[in-house]
Amino acid sequence: MTAEGAPLRRTPARPGGAERYLGVPGLVETKEEHGEVTLIVDAPRLLEACRYLRDDMGFWFLSDISATDYLGWGEKEVAGYIGTASGRDINTLSSQGYARKPEPKPKRFAMNYHLLALREGAPRVRVQVWLDDSEQVDSVVPVWPTADWHEREAWDLMGIPVAGHPNLTRILMEDDWVGHPLRKDYPIGGEPVRFSGDE
Amino acid sequence: MTVTSRRPGIDAPDRPPIYEGTRIPANIPTILEVPQALRDAGDVLEINFGPNHPSTHGVLRLVIELSGERVVGLRAVVGYLHTGFEKTMEQKTWWKAITYPERIDYLAFQNNELGFVLAIEKLLGIEVPRKATWMRMLLCELNRIHSHLVWLGTAALEIGAISMFWYTFRERDSVLDLFEMVTGVRMHTRYFQAGGLAEDIPIGFYPACRAFTRQMPKGVDEYESLVDRNGIWLERTRGIGLLSADDAIALGQSGPVLRASGINWDLRKDEPYLAYDEVDFRVPVHFHGDVYDRYRVHMEEMRESTRIIVQCLDRLEGMQDEPWIADDRKVVLPPREELHTSMESLIHHFKIVTEGYRVPEGEVYVAVESPRGEFGCYVVSDGGPRPWRVRFRAPSLVALEATATCMTDALVADLIAIVGSLDTVMGEVDR
Repeated sequence: MTAEGAPLRRTPARPGGAERYLGVPGLVETKEEHGEVTLIVDAPRLLEACRYLRDDMGFWFLSDISATDYLGWGEKEVAGYIGTASGRDINTLSSQGYARKPEPKPKRFAMNYHLLALREGAPRVRVQVWLDDSEQVDSVVPVWPTADWHEREAWDLMGIPVAGHPNLTRILMEDDWVGHPLRKDYPIGGEPVRFSGDE
Repeated sequence: MTVTSRRPGIDAPDRPPIYEGTRIPANIPTILEVPQALRDAGDVLEINFGPNHPSTHGVLRLVIELSGERVVGLRAVVGYLHTGFEKTMEQKTWWKAITYPERIDYLAFQNNELGFVLAIEKLLGIEVPRKATWMRMLLCELNRIHSHLVWLGTAALEIGAISMFWYTFRERDSVLDLFEMVTGVRMHTRYFQAGGLAEDIPIGFYPACRAFTRQMPKGVDEYESLVDRNGIWLERTRGIGLLSADDAIALGQSGPVLRASGINWDLRKDEPYLAYDEVDFRVPVHFHGDVYDRYRVHMEEMRESTRIIVQCLDRLEGMQDEPWIADDRKVVLPPREELHTSMESLIHHFKIVTEGYRVPEGEVYVAVESPRGEFGCYVVSDGGPRPWRVRFRAPSLVALEATATCMTDALVADLIAIVGSLDTVMGEVDR
């Protein structure tokens, strides 16, 4: 062990930004916005891409997994999202909402894997996988054990079925909860009240 | 460097050093499963630890299985404090949503607020005045001291050192007094705005803060004199809750837990935000990966934070009359006095308060070094006045994932020291 700390698996630094990730298996598209690199990867080849990024590119640290629901992205009338309690629509074009329509998204759900390499410059990369409703995505627990709870949360709150997860149960909501609360079509308010006097 | 448990007879006497091989449970990394042979022997007692137990830092429930005094099975059940912060924030304008991240972790409120505000600013591409940047740093370091003091007080309290609690809460009160002086409230300050600070720094803050920086190192000396050579403290913390460097990385650990496992990694140094590259401080690293080293890292970080505060004060005192917030009328509220004389200011004020400012379309992930580790903020905007999606990478949630690995070969009494040392805040775990 060196004085600086335990030996990290260091990989040699490679030049450039997004273009250095062109060798990632299943890569569909590379984006660089706000200084962040996003790699859009074909869902069936996610595990292959993750293994490559970890073993060949040195991304040993999985920071986070975020699932996002893009249902009704740039449209009106998504349950709970358009209009306030008084019924005012604040998201229509040219009234008080968007300055322009946002770019359309390829599918409904995005799974974002935020990776970090523990080396100089702290390179980060976001692996993005697009999924339809109830389309499965492979679990990355075999690559990064820390994905365990993140994937359970993606299943619990967003309803992303993670294939091959060793223990895919709800984590934050109760076991018998119906629905996935962070979905855009999940109603806000008016959830059934438990233990009411009527039962 | 090798560490073996100091407790004899827990497992085989010649237990291998922790840096060889992994101790992460196979199959499910976060659950310690009872060996089938032991279960067949029929001498396993399953008990609930929590959710309402004074030493679970809130409402953590651990289902543990005991064989005698040994913990042979462990499963963490979380979610009792789930309040849907991320969902709620999607309903609020960006301006109002800033109040939420600080409430998810009520000890690291200032750092969490910073993470979200930096994410908004990254999407907006707004320039922040240097006075605001240095003041943000100062408050974040005060907040780190606050969080570490609460951690030290409660962690020591849980394993029997009651007096420590009174000493740490003395300094904690001084920190909260400073927050009250600057922001008007003691916790959940909502002092950072997109573009800078909500108010100017009040007169009298610098001398008060200087007095605190003189008081704080003496406080840390006192804490160390209380426990550093305390036989009971050493016996209960050394060689307990071991986490190797590789396991810590694989389990996504960050902050003091990672640094106590021998990894020199601090986002303030390695991915500097604000002006952390302009201040001089040291990142404490320890190598044993046990509860005692996590305690050491916390203590040294408090000293380093005090040093950063002094450097911030030196800079800030030379910026007395500088602006504390960006001059961008589409995002920042106009000065109060202008509302009486300027129609445009009144309109801007009205628009920002009622419908909020619009944030350009995009997605960003911003990470800051909160007292508990990497606090990440993933934000998606559709170009409208409200966030489309907000997701927090909560360091506490990730720290709890390491419980099963740390608890390998531990006794039930160690459980309390280990869970305490991971420094989790359940509000942040459950969000």
